[in-house]
Amino acid sequence: MLINVPENVVPDALRGFAAVHTDLTVDVERRVIVRRGAPYDGQVGLVSGGGSGHEPLHGGFVGRGMLTAACPGEVFTSPVPDQMVRAAAAVDSGAGVLFIVKNYTGDVLNFDMAAELAEDEGVQVAKVLVNDDVAVTDSLYTAGRRGTGATLFVEKLAGAAADEGAPLDRVAGIARRVNEASRSFGVALSACSTPAKGGPTFDLPEGELELGVGIHGEPGRERRAMMTSGEIADVSVDAVVDDLQPDAPVLLLVNGMGATPLLELYGFAAEVHRAMGARKVSVARTLVGNYVTSLDMAGASVTICQADEELLRLWDAPVSTPALRWGC
Amino acid sequence: MNAVPDLPADIDAALLLRWLDAVTSVIEQEADHLTQLDSPIGDADHGANMRRGFRAARTALEQEPPDTPGAVLVAIGRQLISTVGGASGPLYGTLLRRAGKALGDAPAVTAAELRDGLRAGVDGLVQLGGAKLEDKTMVDALLPALDAFTAALDAGGGTEQAVTAAASAAEEGATATTPLRARKGRASYLGDRSIGHQDPGATSSALLLTTLADTVRKASSS
Repeated sequence: MLINVPENVVPDALRGFAAVHTDLTVDVERRVIVRRGAPYDGQVGLVSGGGSGHEPLHGGFVGRGMLTAACPGEVFTSPVPDQMVRAAAAVDSGAGVLFIVKNYTGDVLNFDMAAELAEDEGVQVAKVLVNDDVAVTDSLYTAGRRGTGATLFVEKLAGAAADEGAPLDRVAGIARRVNEASRSFGVALSACSTPAKGGPTFDLPEGELELGVGIHGEPGRERRAMMTSGEIADVSVDAVVDDLQPDAPVLLLVNGMGATPLLELYGFAAEVHRAMGARKVSVARTLVGNYVTSLDMAGASVTICQADEELLRLWDAPVSTPALRWGC
Repeated sequence: MNAVPDLPADIDAALLLRWLDAVTSVIEQEADHLTQLDSPIGDADHGANMRRGFRAARTALEQEPPDTPGAVLVAIGRQLISTVGGASGPLYGTLLRRAGKALGDAPAVTAAELRDGLRAGVDGLVQLGGAKLEDKTMVDALLPALDAFTAALDAGGGTEQAVTAAASAAEEGATATTPLRARKGRASYLGDRSIGHQDPGATSSALLLTTLADTVRKASSS
């Protein structure tokens, strides 16, 4: 691994972020990344966060038209409430703050505690839970569906609404609508290695793949012999389309898990488009790249979000962040 | 109720500070083991997270040692919430904060009072995390430990017997999580594939209690 010592992986990366992205304010010690100039008059602040290891999520999405602040936790470990409280105070213009929370036990507990503390300090807080992963079928007997690729859609579309000056209830409403209209499915071709463990977090032999993985190096629900890109696209598209049953064009994210080259991802994107066509689902916009990653895991995920005119307009609206930038 | 009128108030801030010191060392030693347990059914970080939290708690309490057992537990809980993250930070933090608050500001408490405090802590944890027995979580170590604690007091035992019984029950409870299918937390995503692995959270809960038993034994033998 390209690191100094495992304990300092997160602060080391934040020092790099601070050095490179001078339009952001990076508090390395307290682990908060804030859009420079925040709070913006009359604008709702968007705060997200989660374990590190999913870069560019979330820090790479701080900037105009997306997040106002991000709170990175340790690798695969949710941030602590102190970080979110500090971020909320830094971005609140008086118009309130939206917490965007991926549905994992740790993230939910820490953001809930933070929301209570921030409200004690006079900040109006709304929360949206992202839970788009269809691989979790047995929601009654699990922690529920995980938040994965749809986080990008929620942050982009709610961020665009906030940038237009929409009030908190409307920004939160759009965020919830986007989550409800989104589904994801992920596949791993290799396990990832956390700095703390120094090796793979689970054993996935060469020639096999894991279907329905999350983004924390946790194994998925089913292991199979290696499949072709086209076969993986069919399984993934069937999983998300069967669950969402879209009746309008969709936004599509073809997301790499970190170690899969863009060359392979674009080939996979072609197969996903073919499979979507076969299911008679029309794709309005596609984003391809490593956006919601799992350290050095090889593999990909497919996320769709059924989009109406308003969501398409918000998708096309200007965004200027380290990882996503257009229209500015 | 299980009130035993003539128990000595032999649990003070100094004892719990010695426990904190010991438990921090134990977590250091066991961190790799906890992380190993967390690899097949979690995300391989429980050891590192617990180590970070207890190191921070020990440093903070060395600088400003509280003078009541309740304040010691509240301060440790606060440190865990502020430094651990994940689910274990809020859960362990709430357990200790609630327990500490229930002990009030008495300079020393009896074993029965400590048991009541722990019960308040476990109630808070269950309320927050929503786990039930046999969901394959910390609760599988903590609830049997509370029962064993009470049974030992009812049988006329003192602090040493009660915490020793609680520690054994917690260890047994942690071991008994192995055949369970996880229904809470990250391991729950694995479905049946979580079966056959011991729960890391139940294991660290047992470590906290076995270390408490060791600390009490050392105090009463010296």
